[in-house]
Amino acid sequence: MAGDLSAIYTLWLREIIRFKRARSRVIGGFVGPLMWIAIMGVGLGAAFSGAFAQATHGETYLMFVAPGVIGMILLFGSIFSAISIIWDRQFGFMKEILVAPISRMSIVLGKVIGSATVSLINALVLFVILVIFGVINVWTIGIINFLLAMVFMALISTAFVSMGLIIVSRMDSFEGFQLISNFLVTPMFFLSGAFFPINTAPDWMKVLAYIDPLYYGVDGLRGLLTGFKGLGTNIDLVVLIIANVILFIVASILFRRIKASLS
Amino acid sequence: MQSIIRISKLTKKYGEFVAVNNITFDIKEGEIFGLLGPNGAGKTTTISMLSTINEPTSGSAKVNGHDIVKDKDRVRASIGIVFQDQSLDDQLTGRENLDLHGRLYGVPPDERKRAIIRSLKIVELEDKQNNLVKTYSGGMRRRLEIARGLIHKPKVLFLDEPTVGLDPQTRRRLWSYIMDLNKKEDMTIILTTHYIEEAEFLCDRVGIIDNGKVIKIGTPDELKDSLGGDIITAVVSNQKAFEKIANENPEVKNVKGYDKGKVDIATKNGSKLIPELINIAHQNRIDVESIMLKRPSLEDVFISLTGKEIREESGDNTTTMRMRFRGR
Repeated sequence: MAGDLSAIYTLWLREIIRFKRARSRVIGGFVGPLMWIAIMGVGLGAAFSGAFAQATHGETYLMFVAPGVIGMILLFGSIFSAISIIWDRQFGFMKEILVAPISRMSIVLGKVIGSATVSLINALVLFVILVIFGVINVWTIGIINFLLAMVFMALISTAFVSMGLIIVSRMDSFEGFQLISNFLVTPMFFLSGAFFPINTAPDWMKVLAYIDPLYYGVDGLRGLLTGFKGLGTNIDLVVLIIANVILFIVASILFRRIKASLS
Repeated sequence: MQSIIRISKLTKKYGEFVAVNNITFDIKEGEIFGLLGPNGAGKTTTISMLSTINEPTSGSAKVNGHDIVKDKDRVRASIGIVFQDQSLDDQLTGRENLDLHGRLYGVPPDERKRAIIRSLKIVELEDKQNNLVKTYSGGMRRRLEIARGLIHKPKVLFLDEPTVGLDPQTRRRLWSYIMDLNKKEDMTIILTTHYIEEAEFLCDRVGIIDNGKVIKIGTPDELKDSLGGDIITAVVSNQKAFEKIANENPEVKNVKGYDKGKVDIATKNGSKLIPELINIAHQNRIDVESIMLKRPSLEDVFISLTGKEIREESGDNTTTMRMRFRGR
């Protein structure tokens, strides 16, 4: 057990050291989300302000989008950080980890916590930027909602790192990468309600949104950070926790049979 | 000496392809054991089974008393392994790689620090320890990997083709590290190689492997002696007389005469016998026109066992095969 804890810590430490090294990754991580906010948020907001205010009971579009973009940075950061394991398999470090006397479960947990920490840091920096530009008003949020929002961000990260691990344990080459990005990550992002309220969407889209974990994450964050009434924090929290448990268990099972290198 | 590794009927198949075919042998505690064979012979597959990366299709093996299938974690804690292709994190510094390794193997902080300093010293990378591994040369990476393999003081160290692709100077240096480790740290070392000189120079015992089978095991001398030892080829003035005196010598195992005064003499220690033969020939008034000593190498042993040479191959079919099957 002590060995497992130290293994989890070690793998977490590796993620943090690598994160500190890769400054370009940190900066690159913000450009996308900030552009979404600056261009889509402002542009779409101006175009649809009337209709939008009607659907969301007076909220500005920029405020509406802000939690969605936090969700976006968590989704992309987490899932691609998990999938980066494919580089470890390509360049051999995976063998070093797999041949160490540590349990497979602690490898999964170390990766989940490490990657989630990194994308959480990214999300927090974005949060601060949003506060500075006045998109999110910290004074009206309150400390409890802020802490709950942190919990939501952490749960979004861990869920998508687990999902990334599930994907990467089935991947045998880099070719699948683009496919996953186009057919899984992007739809999950669009269906999460990050850019438009799902409650006015057609039913088929609602159904798809309901099976998207990010929908509950964004809905929860939006409720906590902007006061927008969605499903309610409790429902969002419960669904996110259940999604986390399922994804983590599946990731742990699949990871047991992961191959040390690409074939 | 006690056996630290016991291999029994170990077999690995990939579909129809039999990578390792029913091998059985022991490796003794404290020895340097070499698996010598061409690329694709099954060396890496054998090592990856012994180090728990791959599970055998059938058969079993025990490393340091622990079963490689049922007791993987204990096996892993007993061994260090330096892979054929690199397994470092090149975004980290050399020292960070060693530190993470120590942590993964549960080496306590003080001990870890000492072990890192000591291993860096052994492989002479102290001054590069804080550089990122991506700035290291191939030889430096290999040395760092060896240093990493030592951090947790394993009972058994596996080296998979440790000097492949290195320049002769670095290779020599690595050989002396490996011998030092074996003597000073009492570490059992198992290495695979397709370099004849490496097996001859380093190994206490050599197992010759081809097509997934271990054909013969012995010390380099035993293996060479199995061919009848050294061959002295002499050209003399009186062939019959020379054959006679050679046959009378107790050191001589076999004498074979050819035409034109050429005689082959098989003996265990040729360099010792040559002056003696010349002396006796002189006493019997036989002129020795020329004399030549040929020591069989492990290459000759390999050829006599398999009917082919261990050739240096790069990027040909066998290598591609091995690349495909490695790490499955």
